[in-house]
Amino acid sequence: MNVTNTDMLLLVLMTIAALWTVMARSLLKATIGLAITSAVITILIFRLNSPLAAVFELSVCTGLITVIFVSTISLTKPLTHKEILEMSKARHKRYIYLPIILVATGIALLFLKIPNDFTLPRLATPATNVRNVMWNIRHLDLFGQIIIMMIGAFGVVTLFITKDDKDGS
Amino acid sequence: MEASSWGLFSAFGFFITLIFVCGLYCILATRSLIRAIIGLELLIKAVTLLVIVTGYLNNNTALAQSFVITIIVIEVVLVVIAGGVALQIFRHNDDLDTRRLTNLRG
Repeated sequence: MNVTNTDMLLLVLMTIAALWTVMARSLLKATIGLAITSAVITILIFRLNSPLAAVFELSVCTGLITVIFVSTISLTKPLTHKEILEMSKARHKRYIYLPIILVATGIALLFLKIPNDFTLPRLATPATNVRNVMWNIRHLDLFGQIIIMMIGAFGVVTLFITKDDKDGS
Repeated sequence: MEASSWGLFSAFGFFITLIFVCGLYCILATRSLIRAIIGLELLIKAVTLLVIVTGYLNNNTALAQSFVITIIVIEVVLVVIAGGVALQIFRHNDDLDTRRLTNLRG
């Protein structure tokens, strides 16, 4: 259960990608940064013996969510080059503090003495596989997930309805 | 907690905290609705990784994975709905600046 150099490299890469996501001037670049962050997290999840969650993260978070973001951005009016230049000064002022805050947080965490004598909670009956957990232990939660997905579908239909559709013409 | 487990937990926890701070700062500093959703995504990603790490240290990856699948489902629905809301706001205001969202001001 030791941290390998590969893990450390991936964690650093993940943080840099997250920082780039927030600092990127263009929304499209921010979306690409988010996808890279998600892809690196996928590798980390896979290395932590959770292949099913890794597949979900890769296909849904890296793929689908990026597509949703790119679609939303393409449907809105992009800023012109002149507007971007005008905004960059104000943006620079707002976001210059983030690397400083990150470094300060890192230093604070390094010097913070967090007690390591706590124990993680254990299940009375440890689950063996994901299928068993999903269908036998958490079967009621599945109904919740189905309801949430239906809310999403109906929400999209309601939100994307145009005036002409409402009139029935 | 064992020394090796603590080493892994502290290393992952350190970087998870940094991503969480990134996401939180993004939400607080931005004036664009889409960028706020991106910040929220970063927060969710930090939580996802934390759940997986705790599941791994607890030798209970199955339960952790099932929770992560639930988180991902909720995440997608949240992004779709928030994206739709942002799009409708843009069509209405011709802008995504959060400072100009004063239509419901009482």
